[in-house]
Amino acid sequence: MTIAIGEARERVDAIAKVTGAATYSAEHQLDDVAFAVLVLSTVARGRIARIDDADARAVPGTLAVITHRNAPVLNGEITGRPGLDKHLLLLADDRIQFDRQPVAIVVAADLETAREAAALVRVEYASEPPIASVDDPRASWFFPKQTAHMEPPEIVRGDAASARAAAAVVVSATYTTPLENHNPIEPHASIAAWDGDRLTIYDATQGVFEERRKIAGVFGLPEDDVRIISPYVGGAFGNKGSVWYHQVFAAAAARIVDRPVKLVLDRDQMFAITGHRPHTRQTITFGADGDGTVTSFEHDVLATTSMFDVFTESAGEYTAMAYAFPNVIIRHRLVRTNFGTPTFMRAPGEATGTYALETALDELAEAVGIDPIALRLRNYAESDPNKEKPFSTKYLRECYARGAERFGWGARSRAPRSMRDGRELIGYGMAGGAYPAQIFDAAASVSMETDGRVTVRSGTQEIGQGTYTAIEQIAASELAIDPARVRLELGDTRYPRAMNSGGSTTIASVGSAVALACRDLARQLGGRSRPERRLSATATFTTPDDREGYSCYSFAAQFAEVGVDPDLRTVRVRRMFGVFDVGRVINARLAHSQFVGAMTMGIGMALFERTIVDPRTARIMNANLADYLLPTNADIGQIDAEALGIRDDIVNPIGTKPVGEIGICGAAAAVANAVYHATGRRIRDLPIGPRVLG
Amino acid sequence: MQPVSYRRVRAVDEAVRAGSAPGSAFYAGGTTLVDLMKLDVMMPASLIDITHLPLAAIEETNRGLRIGALARMSDVARDARVVERFPAVAEALERSASGQLRNMATIGGNVLQRTRCAYFRDAATPCNKRRPGSGCGAREGINEDHAILGTSEACIAVHASDFAVTLAAFDAIVHTTSANGERAIPSAAFFHRPEATPDRETALEPGDLIVAIELPRSRAAARSTYVKVRDRTSYAFALASCAAGVERAPDGTLADVRVALGGVATVPWRAHAAEAVLRGARPNAETFAAAARAEFAQARPTTQNAYKIELGMRTMVRALETVTA
Repeated sequence: MTIAIGEARERVDAIAKVTGAATYSAEHQLDDVAFAVLVLSTVARGRIARIDDADARAVPGTLAVITHRNAPVLNGEITGRPGLDKHLLLLADDRIQFDRQPVAIVVAADLETAREAAALVRVEYASEPPIASVDDPRASWFFPKQTAHMEPPEIVRGDAASARAAAAVVVSATYTTPLENHNPIEPHASIAAWDGDRLTIYDATQGVFEERRKIAGVFGLPEDDVRIISPYVGGAFGNKGSVWYHQVFAAAAARIVDRPVKLVLDRDQMFAITGHRPHTRQTITFGADGDGTVTSFEHDVLATTSMFDVFTESAGEYTAMAYAFPNVIIRHRLVRTNFGTPTFMRAPGEATGTYALETALDELAEAVGIDPIALRLRNYAESDPNKEKPFSTKYLRECYARGAERFGWGARSRAPRSMRDGRELIGYGMAGGAYPAQIFDAAASVSMETDGRVTVRSGTQEIGQGTYTAIEQIAASELAIDPARVRLELGDTRYPRAMNSGGSTTIASVGSAVALACRDLARQLGGRSRPERRLSATATFTTPDDREGYSCYSFAAQFAEVGVDPDLRTVRVRRMFGVFDVGRVINARLAHSQFVGAMTMGIGMALFERTIVDPRTARIMNANLADYLLPTNADIGQIDAEALGIRDDIVNPIGTKPVGEIGICGAAAAVANAVYHATGRRIRDLPIGPRVLG
Repeated sequence: MQPVSYRRVRAVDEAVRAGSAPGSAFYAGGTTLVDLMKLDVMMPASLIDITHLPLAAIEETNRGLRIGALARMSDVARDARVVERFPAVAEALERSASGQLRNMATIGGNVLQRTRCAYFRDAATPCNKRRPGSGCGAREGINEDHAILGTSEACIAVHASDFAVTLAAFDAIVHTTSANGERAIPSAAFFHRPEATPDRETALEPGDLIVAIELPRSRAAARSTYVKVRDRTSYAFALASCAAGVERAPDGTLADVRVALGGVATVPWRAHAAEAVLRGARPNAETFAAAARAEFAQARPTTQNAYKIELGMRTMVRALETVTA
């Protein structure tokens, strides 16, 4: 039985995952493993005045208490690709710069002892008033050198100010998004084991090779002496894309106690030391003709970063390319606050940027009195106005049309507060979105035994999105064989080199490498079903030169219907529908799951999610999954998504565009616009809910 | 973390004896206790596991229904007698917590659940309830979820239970037993406002074991509802809630009316001022609004929770509209 690309196959690892047979990082069994527990600061700024670890050390079974007084020198500047670098505060000194900063590692023979000893590490602080808000008068902004995607922080086309002065209509508003945390269900977990000067880490990571390079840098090891193993990751969304504190600490502790060390973070620790989506404050100003044609566009992005590192939320990159705005000024600014360093979180920049721009467009449509889709079509970008290149493919117009038809957009009455169902106010909202089709270098090997069994290997990751399933489908379809004959081995630096599973790149990059290797193997087979001797092929895929002349993106049209109780101000998403231009779809079931999951995350962004911080202390006050609100099934009625499925022959050899993150792009704006349409109230500070709708 | 001993008891008198030792805590559903032990907020020296005591029955009494303290929230919520005679109770339970928690948590434990105030739960911050005299972190900090009724200088934490709001509305009785004998404590006397001692939350004395909660039957209870407003539709605490029950006189006026509020007060809040406006009145929008205004006239918001005045009033009006429709 062969299989087609696009077929809605079930996950090949579904049974293994639900029965526990799939081994996640914390579950690898090593002999003689010791357990590490972190002690985190309870203040966000100041100095450690005193650490008393005598009681902790006295607990029988305690193997080590590592603090800034006795920690080895760990290179805090992890070198490598700019923008992905992290400066980590690795017990180097007594300074505290954010809430829940690690101040001690306690290692013991078992987890209970480690926890008990950690609780007995007594730390006194000389605390100072932290900067917890961009509004703090002591906070000052600065221009970063580049955005998180290494783009320039300022984008200028034409003369926006003059065009605004001449515009018939000017619409300006400021939008804010809160700190958000990724909150994958699997916590970060590392097991580090030394064999002489060779180091192995079992880790929940989005990139075994990136981690290997950075860990080798920290410990001054040749990369070949470091092995990272990560066969399964239980969700990530960006916060497992970096080397953070726990991997370095696990490895350092293992060296100190001369045993393997396991370190699993608690949920509240994940809120502070593995990154978050930063707070943004975005001001958008349109100058437009009376028909909604935008003549001037200004976008100011202010985002938070930490006191000791720079991460620039690139919310203006989407707005630079999304529409044919002729006169544009976009700038990114940063403010340092006493939180941990932000990081990439599902559609970093695009999620926040599409929220602000697609909401602002709704306001402009309202101001000039035209339909929101008509306004977008009036400003439709036929080519990328930022890079001044044609799009490889762009079927956003088709997404709008298909979405409007499937959703029933035509039933929307223009005026806010004009649709009801019984007591409930009904609102329809829509938004667009785009996500760049990047490629991260990837290699894969494929071999076929004389009995016809095929093994595919690549050092990429399964982070819950379905890598095993999709790669197997690509390999089986390229070789025209039964997928039962294909075995995959992923998530190990012993396999061919692949980069991070981030930026929605895995299928495009690794899938292309696998396809190329399979095509090589098929040539070697020369039409036979089985080889006479074992055959193998390896392929490396990098961004093709013939893509250089094009701008490559996935596109989204999102539609939402909300019901708002006019008295109690509760908001429920009655329906949501997204249509996506993502090139060729490898597996319809997986793609649908990614779309719906990301749209749900967008609903969370619009209505629920925020990391609550005490403005006096910069302490995170809701670092748990009961108080950090994510959408529940009861919050959403129908949610559905559709891919156009039109192959892009330029983007890569398998014709796919990004699937993993496009689903959140525009999702929050569609919901927020629907709330406005239902209520006539424009809430510009997320999340929207009964507290603020009043 | 501190060492804790564990003991499973098989009889009520054994539980009472064991529970009278200093530092002991009864363990039933564990949904509050274990959570707060992990946070070093509750640090009992010994756990008395009462889950095997025969206290889970729901029985008829002369006055109404007697719900054993170990009955699970989910079992009570779907008990036909509760659904028919005390719909507000069933609704309040159904809208509490999550399905998993409702399957674990007991009715006796429910009324003892602790506040969700973030400062109470975070041992690194001040809290007069957790550490008397340490101050209130919420009053000048994050207090958007906090109480506007029944507050004190020392504490503005909201009582977290939905179920307990219905107890306040329908004059439930908390039955306890201890080495000193049995008590029947009216719900109005059971929950203590914080005043200067927010750590003293109930009328329970050390060693007191809740054995049952009795719901007196009434016409108002049989015609009742529970309206809960929250940030999301499931698994969230109330921003404002209201249990309301009415009995109509032949002329249509309100012969009896019971109103209690949740999410806005430091204790399950019987709305006496609102009831005084409603009793004997005609049920209409004006009366309901006047009742809500009367009750919330005493509200004292802090820096972030003034929205709860309007929201609380609208929640009460919605509950009254629903039960008189």
